[in-house]
Amino acid sequence: MNILLVDDELELVSALAERLSFRGFEADWVTSGAEAMDKILEKDYVLAILDVKMPRMSGLELRKRLEHLRPGLKYIFLSGHGSEDDYKVGAAKADSYLVKPVKIEDLVERINLALGN
Amino acid sequence: MLLKGLFKPEFWNADKKSAGPYKSLFDYQRIWRLCFVILVVVSLVPLFILAFIDFNVTRVAIKSENMLRGARTTSNTRRAVAYFLEERKSALQLIVELDDFRSFQRKERLGEMLSALKNSFGGFIDLGIIDENGKQLAYVGPHNLEGKEYKGQAWFKQAADQGTYISDVFLGYRDSPHLVIAVKHFTDKDHYKIFRATLDTTKFNGILSSLDLSEGADAFLVNTAGIIQTPSKWNGDVFSKISFGLPEKSFRTKVKKIQLKKDLSAIVGYAYIEGTPFIIMVVKPEAELMGAWQRSRDTLTWISSISVAVILLVMWAVASYMVDRIYIADMTRSKLLQQMEHHNRMASIGRLAAGVAHEINNPLAIINEKAGLLKDLFTFSEAYNADERIFGLVDSVIGSVERCGRITKRLLGFSRQDDVELRPVLPKMVVDTVLSFLNKEAEYRSIDVSVDVQPCIFEIVTDRGKLEQVLLNLISNAFQAMKDGGALQVAVAKGDKGRLDFSVKDDGCGIPATDLKKIFEPFYSTKKQAGGTGLGLSITYGLVQDLGGSMTVESEVGEGTKFSFSLPVSPKNKGEG
Repeated sequence: MNILLVDDELELVSALAERLSFRGFEADWVTSGAEAMDKILEKDYVLAILDVKMPRMSGLELRKRLEHLRPGLKYIFLSGHGSEDDYKVGAAKADSYLVKPVKIEDLVERINLALGN
Repeated sequence: MLLKGLFKPEFWNADKKSAGPYKSLFDYQRIWRLCFVILVVVSLVPLFILAFIDFNVTRVAIKSENMLRGARTTSNTRRAVAYFLEERKSALQLIVELDDFRSFQRKERLGEMLSALKNSFGGFIDLGIIDENGKQLAYVGPHNLEGKEYKGQAWFKQAADQGTYISDVFLGYRDSPHLVIAVKHFTDKDHYKIFRATLDTTKFNGILSSLDLSEGADAFLVNTAGIIQTPSKWNGDVFSKISFGLPEKSFRTKVKKIQLKKDLSAIVGYAYIEGTPFIIMVVKPEAELMGAWQRSRDTLTWISSISVAVILLVMWAVASYMVDRIYIADMTRSKLLQQMEHHNRMASIGRLAAGVAHEINNPLAIINEKAGLLKDLFTFSEAYNADERIFGLVDSVIGSVERCGRITKRLLGFSRQDDVELRPVLPKMVVDTVLSFLNKEAEYRSIDVSVDVQPCIFEIVTDRGKLEQVLLNLISNAFQAMKDGGALQVAVAKGDKGRLDFSVKDDGCGIPATDLKKIFEPFYSTKKQAGGTGLGLSITYGLVQDLGGSMTVESEVGEGTKFSFSLPVSPKNKGEG
C-alpha cells in the first residue's frame, strides 16, 4: 500500500510518514509539488496526502496535475487554514479533508475509508 | 400625546455629553432655540412693520380730518360774527346817509330810529350823537347820558380818525356787558358828528351758543388782549384772561395745537376778525379728537397681540417638530453606525483570529507529529524501552496539542462561514433535542427548565445543526451562571417582519454592564480560571449571523441574564454575510 505525503513542512511530513509506516503503510514523502510529480511515477501509489497550502504549487493545483499522471489516485487533504474556498474545493472532490493538527487515529481511519479497507 | 410631543419634545432631555467632542453639533436645545428665534423674527418683523405703518397712517388721517373739521367750524363762525357786526355797522351808516343829521337832535326822531333798529335787527340798547368835541348832543336809551363828555377816550379818537369803531365787550358805566359801534358822519366839508349805538351781547352770544359743537368743544371770542368776551364752557368766565397765549395774528382761519395744561393739549381753531378787536376761538381737547384714533389703535393692538400669540405657538410647534425629526434621524443614524462599527469589529477580530490560528496550526502540527512519533517509537520499536513515565509525558504533550488544536479549530470556525444547509425545521423540536442533552444535568442540579413556544409557530427554514449549537451554547452558558435550583426559561415567539424571536433567560448571577459590551468578543471570558476559552459566545454570535439573525443580551447583576436572537422565518429575509 504505497502512500505519498506532500507537505512543505519537512519536519511534519517526515514524522508523519514514519508514524504511518509504523502502522503498516508504505509512506514516502516529498516537500514540494515538483518533487511529487517526479516521485509519483516511481512507484504504484494508491493515495496522496496533500497539504492544501504550499509555496509555488498548491495542493489543489498539484492534484490536477497528478490526476493526469496517475488517474484513479485517491486524495486526502490536510489544511492548517480551513478557509471556505479550501473547504469547498477540497471537500467536493477529495476523499477527505482534515484540519491540522490531526490525530493519527483519525488519519488512519480516513486512509482506510478512502482505500475501501 | 401628539401635542405633548410638540411642546415637550423627546430631544429636550437628550444627553449631549454622549456626543463627545461634537456635542455642539448635537445640542438639540440650542438648535431648537436658534430655529425658534429665526422663525419668530422672520414672521414677527413684517407684522410689526405693518402694524407700525398702519398705526401712523391712521393717526395722521384722523388728525388731519380733525384739523380740517376744526378749521371749517372756526371759519363759519368767523363769517357769522363778522357778518353780524358788519350788518349793524352798515345799518347805522345807512341811517346817517339817508337822514339829515340835524334831525337826530330831536329826541323823538332818534327814538323812532332806535325802535326801528330794535325791531328790524334787534340787540340795540341805545343811540347817541356826539359832536367833534366829544360831547354827547343827543341820547335815547335807558340811561341818562346826555351831555356826557367822551373827548380823550380811545374809542372816540379811533372813530374820528378811521370813520368807524367797533368796541370789544365791556361793562362800562352800565355794569352789564355791552359793545359799541360808532360811525363818523361829515355834516359839511370840515365838520362831523359821531353816531354811536350800544348793543347788548345776548344776540352776539347767540351766534356762538347756536353752533353745533361736540361735547368737549368750546367756541368763544376773545379780544386782542386775550380777555374772554362771550361765555365759554370751560376756558374761563367772561372778562377773565385765557389760560394760554394768543396765537399769532391772522385774518385767515388757522388751526394750532396748544398745550393748555401739563397733561391737556388742545386743537385750537382761530381767526382774527377784521375791523374788530375780536378773535374767534374754537377749542377742542386733543384727547377727544383722537378718541377715534385711540379706538382704532386699541383694535390694532389686540389683533396684533393675538397674532403674535398664535405665531409664537405655531412657531414653537414647528421648531419642535423639525428639531425632533432631526433628532430622530440622528439617533437612527447613530444606532446604525454603532451596529456597523460592532459588525466591523467582530469581522476584523474574526480575521485576526483566523490568521493567528493558521500560523499556530503549523508548528502545532509539527509538535503533534513529533510527539506522536516519539510515542510510536516507544510503542512499536523494541530498540527503545517503553517507560511508563515517558509515555505519560508524551501523552501530556499530545493532550496539550489537542487542546490547542481545539482552540484553533474553533477560532477558524468563528471566522469561517460554512455552508448553511437550509431545511424546514420545527423550533419546538430543536429546543427539545437540545434540552435532551442537558436533561441529566438539569435533573441533577434541580434546575427548573420551562419551554414556551407560541402555538401558532410551525416551521422555519434554517440550518438545524447551527440552530442547535446556538441553543446548546446559550443554555449551557445559562446553566453555568445559575446556582442549583434555579429557573430557566426558553421561549420562542413570533417577532415582527416575518422573524422568529428566541430567548433564553436565566436567574443566575447576571453580567456587569462593563462586561456586557465585550461579551461577544472572542477570548473575552470571565471564567478563565474555570477553563473557559472566551470563544463560546462569539461563536454563537457568528452562528446567529450566519443564519441571517441578530443577537442581543440584557442582564442585571444578581437578577439574571436574557439572551435573545431573532431569525428569519424563511431564508429570503436573510442578509447575505
